[in-house]
Amino acid sequence: MEVLFDNMGAVLSGFLMTLRLLIFGGLGAMAIGLLVATMRISPVGSLRMFATAYTELVRNIPLTLLLFFMTFVLPLIVAERPPYVILATIGLAIYTSPFVAEALRSGINGVPVGQAEAARSIGLTFGQTLTLIVLPQALRMVIPPLINVFIALTKNTSVAGGFFVTELFLTARTLTNQYGSAVIAILAGVAVFYLVITVPLGLIAGQIEKKVRVLR
Amino acid sequence: MSQATVLYDAPGPKARRRSLIISVVGTLALVGLLAWVVWILGQPRVAANGNETPGTWDASRWDVLGDPVVWETVARGAWFTIRAAATAMVGAMIIGILFAFGRLAESKVIRIPVAIVLEFFRGMPVLLMMLFILLVAASGAFWAVVVALAVYNGAIIGEALRAGIVSLGKGQREAGLSIGLTPVRTRLLIEFPQAFTQMLPVIIAQMVVLLKDTSLGYIVAYNELARTIQNLSNYYGNSYMFTFWLVAITVYLLINLSVSWIGRRTHRIAAKRSTR
Repeated sequence: MEVLFDNMGAVLSGFLMTLRLLIFGGLGAMAIGLLVATMRISPVGSLRMFATAYTELVRNIPLTLLLFFMTFVLPLIVAERPPYVILATIGLAIYTSPFVAEALRSGINGVPVGQAEAARSIGLTFGQTLTLIVLPQALRMVIPPLINVFIALTKNTSVAGGFFVTELFLTARTLTNQYGSAVIAILAGVAVFYLVITVPLGLIAGQIEKKVRVLR
Repeated sequence: MSQATVLYDAPGPKARRRSLIISVVGTLALVGLLAWVVWILGQPRVAANGNETPGTWDASRWDVLGDPVVWETVARGAWFTIRAAATAMVGAMIIGILFAFGRLAESKVIRIPVAIVLEFFRGMPVLLMMLFILLVAASGAFWAVVVALAVYNGAIIGEALRAGIVSLGKGQREAGLSIGLTPVRTRLLIEFPQAFTQMLPVIIAQMVVLLKDTSLGYIVAYNELARTIQNLSNYYGNSYMFTFWLVAITVYLLINLSVSWIGRRTHRIAAKRSTR
């Protein structure tokens, strides 16, 4: 345990880096995911096709290979290498985006047909139907699965530790190399930091899910 | 497709024309973007020390693929990936069933600790578990990858199975008990098979996640496909890295898409049988 308290500074800065990857990666994934989900439900057939192809393709690529591309392959192609943190954040955002898109889409599809029919029958356009009637209802159903996506993202940030980003996992790894005798204490301590993010998020998701169920 | 029509009317001639225009413009934009990427990739690059690397489409960047040793190495990497994934899948199923039954146990003494353990495993990065097993159990990279993946995905499959059992009608259990089956046999013979069929899509999706996560073996030095790519580029030189990466991605996509496909098929067959 002592090792952990002696190196609290390093662990905390690793934790902050994990949070940074989570927040910026999450925002990026939301932006891409929203775009893809919109394309996926749009009336234009070809846009739906692009979005479906993107989702299927990216969902089946391992995160390790995506980060491998960002860290090792991309610098060989572009002239100047951005910092590893930025590369990892972009990789995480791309990897998470199809899951966000799927969560959004299933929420929109979960809104009863009658709602959209009623909206159209009073003469609202596609945009109005979506923003005034469907999305506000879909949002409530979307939040629990979306939180689950972000929980997964939290855990996935650890992969960035394998690609030169000094977040919690890499910090843990460095510490275990330094203090071979305190491996269990170090890893258990770092696990607590992950659980500090994931467990509350899971509880919030569960609570919202319960509330939504009552509303329906 | 049927849900998509919820949002808008059947398109008239005007909307169809507009949709066609967007399709053409969208396709052109995408093709343009791809062409630009291909062109950028094809440009020769001059490094800081004056060395010139030929463009990506230059034959000298692809000639390694003619080397049988490369393919042997890639095949070995793919085999290591599949071996770890297959072992972990079996483990994850067994652990998942145990977790599901544990969480639904009558006695609190079993239920509550299982719930806590489950929550703990679900909230932990798999990578951290791999490192833990690697360092604490000193089991070697293969078992570190397999055990961590089995436990983590087992926790998730357990939750899915539990949700499947809970969502069954109460009558299923009551009927089982009333014909004189013990609670355990009711669960195994009546409830579990139904929950399993119902949750099959979720389980298969989780198996694809597991397959993808074997690539984490890269970080704990298990010689699977991703690690193989790294080793090959170290051996043949960085100019081949893109080539090797493309090979690895193709292999992963082939494996994952076929597992997804098998999953969809089994689900269809199972669904057909259950309605009969």
